[in-house]
Amino acid sequence: MISHLLLQQYWWIIVSLLASLLVFLMFVQGGQSLIFTLPQKEFQKTLIVNAMGRKWEFTFTTLVTFGGAFFASFPLFYSTSFGGAYWVWIAILFSFTIQAVAYEFRSKPGNIFGKKTFDIFLFLNGSLGPFLIGIAVATFFTGAMFSLNLQHQVKWATRWYGLEALFNIRNLALGFAVLFLARVNGLLYIINTIDDESLLTRSVKRLIINSVLFLVFFLFFVVTLLISKGFAADPLTGIVTTEQFKYLHNFLAMPIVSIMFLTGVLNVLFGIGVTIFKGSSRGIWFAGPGTILTVFTLFLIAGFNGTSFYPSLYDLQSSLTIINASSSLFTLKTMMYVSFILPIVIAYIWYAWRAINNTKITEEEMKSDGHKY
Amino acid sequence: MIDNIDLTLVGWSRAQFALTAIYHWLFVPLTLGLSFILAIMETIYFRTGKEEWKMITRFWMTLFGINFAIGIATGIILEFEFGANWSNYSWFVGDIFGAPLAVEGILAFFLESTFVAVMFFGWNKVSRKFHLISTWLVAIGASLSALWILVANAWMQNPVGMAFNPETARNEMVSFWAVLFNQVAVDKFLHTISSGFLLASMFVLSISSWFLLKKREALLAKNSILVAGIFGLMSSLMVAYTGDQSARTVSRVQPVKFAAMEALFEGKSNAGLTAFGILKNSDKMIGEKNQKEFVVKIEIPGLLSVLTAGDRDAYVPGLVDHISGNAKIGIMSVQEKMQRGGVARNTLTDYLNAKKLNVTEQIENIKNVFISKDFQENYFKYFGYSSIKNPEEVIPSVPTSFYSFHLMVILGFLFIIIFVLAINQLFQGTIEKDRWFLWIAFLSLPLPILASELGWILTEVGRQPWIIQNLMPVSGGVSNISSGSVITTFILFAVLFTVLLISEISIMVKQIKTGPKH
Ligand code: HDD
Ligand code: HEM
Ligand code: HEM
Repeated sequence: MISHLLLQQYWWIIVSLLASLLVFLMFVQGGQSLIFTLPQKEFQKTLIVNAMGRKWEFTFTTLVTFGGAFFASFPLFYSTSFGGAYWVWIAILFSFTIQAVAYEFRSKPGNIFGKKTFDIFLFLNGSLGPFLIGIAVATFFTGAMFSLNLQHQVKWATRWYGLEALFNIRNLALGFAVLFLARVNGLLYIINTIDDESLLTRSVKRLIINSVLFLVFFLFFVVTLLISKGFAADPLTGIVTTEQFKYLHNFLAMPIVSIMFLTGVLNVLFGIGVTIFKGSSRGIWFAGPGTILTVFTLFLIAGFNGTSFYPSLYDLQSSLTIINASSSLFTLKTMMYVSFILPIVIAYIWYAWRAINNTKITEEEMKSDGHKY
Repeated sequence: MIDNIDLTLVGWSRAQFALTAIYHWLFVPLTLGLSFILAIMETIYFRTGKEEWKMITRFWMTLFGINFAIGIATGIILEFEFGANWSNYSWFVGDIFGAPLAVEGILAFFLESTFVAVMFFGWNKVSRKFHLISTWLVAIGASLSALWILVANAWMQNPVGMAFNPETARNEMVSFWAVLFNQVAVDKFLHTISSGFLLASMFVLSISSWFLLKKREALLAKNSILVAGIFGLMSSLMVAYTGDQSARTVSRVQPVKFAAMEALFEGKSNAGLTAFGILKNSDKMIGEKNQKEFVVKIEIPGLLSVLTAGDRDAYVPGLVDHISGNAKIGIMSVQEKMQRGGVARNTLTDYLNAKKLNVTEQIENIKNVFISKDFQENYFKYFGYSSIKNPEEVIPSVPTSFYSFHLMVILGFLFIIIFVLAINQLFQGTIEKDRWFLWIAFLSLPLPILASELGWILTEVGRQPWIIQNLMPVSGGVSNISSGSVITTFILFAVLFTVLLISEISIMVKQIKTGPKH
């Protein structure tokens, strides 16, 4: 007999996995945020846009599935956060809406708003998307301003409906960290898939700056996380209290998670290092999985070990945990069967990805008659 | 549910949802249908090896790509709008409603987006066979995404497979199969995908006719008309059949919607089927609402009774019966339902209070009441009625329901005729000369889009005032945010989507004028 708690944990793991895949796949956004500054010539911009354009739907679909899975498994989070931190989510959605058309429309004849408009769309999505998602995820640790009534209906305590999260230094730090991480991964991906000498040299240079910025913001976030107070939920009574060094305690209480976290961070650094110092083009193979591990473990730290993953700063007892925000046993179980399909999904994505990426993208290919952006 | 409901907020939230859904639905049916047409065309190419079929496939594929992108752009807004604008709804039913949305992502969207990439970029990279399989998988993926969201929508029309849990103050799923094989879901899925097939066939037929009118691309046009004509005829017959099935189901599960779409105020035996008519206010009232009557109408005698109950003499209840009740045929009055809903609501309040005060005995007692079959079937079923003030509130807009339904049906029969003609002219070999037909086919391009939107308007407006039939009124589901925020986002989306639509149309037109690459 599978217990409700086990399923709640299982689903938190799945949600965390989707979130970590999403952050990795935001290399697409990172690449988009570079299209005005990285390339020197128009054809180089075309190369970058096409390299990213062949993958944008994976990121997008992962975001959609992340939303759907969160809704199904932790509906109270879905209703509380979306229905309260309205403006943050709307801004995120808006930035993804303009992305979805930009690739297909930008270079087509008859495009009355001009290529430039759609390139700006790509740039906006590329920078705002990761930044805002970082901000939204940071509130898992820093809390949000809501209360829930007896019928679990959310009321937001500020008139900013979520935008107040932008005024918190720790949230900003994670926002920027995610943005620069996306740019780092974007650059590593460009280095890996595009065959163009001068673009390569420029990318490596950019990589140095972006990596430094990423590290500054990321370390700031991690250090403040470890020393900050966190939100502990009593597993029996569900009562939420604040606890000094809660997240540090979580790392210590779950050594495997700590090891995975460190492995993840080291992998990211290694991926950056071999690219900068050894001239390798395979950095993404380390930084990518490293990103996934890091984000995955951060999510586990946010939700496991009796922690509130969506704390309320306004009414502590309204805080959400994987126990009080989840779906019923029945639904979680049904969804668990559905989730068994995920390995098949990942397998065919992998297969199709390889089939398309087996050769590097070149200027010649862009001149042939294939589908291009 | 919320203490004071802000009607501006409800109105704007509805408007925003309607706006984004209507935009999404401008593009989705074309994706649904065109993906199958592409798969059929590519199969012909694969079988015959003729380069012309590859050229044809690739031409339509370019148009598919343009449309696909904007369908996706509008879809993501909808998915998150459930949380953003209907958060109380999302909690109340998230346990059931969230699952199909998640399944949709896992099962359908990944399939679609993975193989779309192969379909677009794989022509020279993967084998012909793998490419063909990918194209088919895109089509199947598209229909699967339709399936899951329609299951979710059908559940709102006819909530099944769940039980209310007072502990969490929400509905919880007890049978996934009941949710999936809900009669409404089955009807809706079949009717919706076939209407998408129909729409895409008309799209292909219209544009091909335009080429023939311009005396261009005759080979592409005639081959495309062959595929679109046959596929379109089959789909349009299926649309009519599944539409009829849907109407029968509506008459059982949403009888008020049914009476509204037939504009049937007084019930009658030997009721005629109105083919079309024009409504005006009559002097008779239901509560504070005016009844409507026909200025003119074309009616087929007795048919409505036959269609709904299989018998000419069967009594078809009208809106008056549904509001005031009709003991003879077992219809409970709305007043009575309001009272029973009130009992359910009070029981819940008692429970929540007992829980707050932690009176163990009382908690147990009330919980047992909740679980009892009598309570679930005779009281909780009408939970939503506790928020209704006047019985006539449960009547949706009769003119909107009536006109959208009848226009859709008329158009449906028109399409059957057009596809029959297309096949006929093609096989007679006269299609290039019959300019009258080419003009009709070309000008029909927007009609299936209209019919399809009308279908949704009927479904959704006809469900009012409920967001979940009989359980939750729309005003109870809305998020508790400022109406100013919703007005702002409404304007933002209206502007953005309109801009995107304009650029889509202009790119599409340009691509069509350019024609295929030879
Ligand atoms: C899974 C659920 C679902 C699906 C598939 C659709 N809708 Fe819907 N629709 C809703 C769920 C919903 C809703 C959230 O329940 C709304 C908001 C308020 C309401 O009463 O229903 C709604 C409202 C709503 C309204 C306003 C009705 C009114 O307030 O009077 C219109 C015109 C549409 N929708 C149109 C559409 C179209 C064109 C769709 C085709 C894609 C569509 N809906 C699919
Ligand atoms: C309110 C309800 C709806 C929601 C929340 C919704 C959500 C979405 C989302 C998020 C996407 C983008 C998926 C991606 O990442 O690829 C999408 C696309 C799509 N949706 Fe919807 N959708 C709704 C209604 C419908 C309906 C009623 C249908 C069909 C019957 C449908 C069929 C599709 C299809 C075929 C696509 C693929 C791309 C395209 O639109 O061209 N959707 N939808
Ligand atoms: C030929 C006769 C037709 C009949 C008898 C018919 C009947 C119906 C009925 C009764 C509904 C409402 C179902 C509900 O409220 O749950 C409906 C909905 C709908 N119809 Fe039709 N229809 C016909 C033709 C068409 C055509 C030609 C199209 C589009 C090309 C179309 C597209 C739709 C759509 C998209 C919906 C909403 C989805 C749904 O609820 O199934 N229909 N139709």
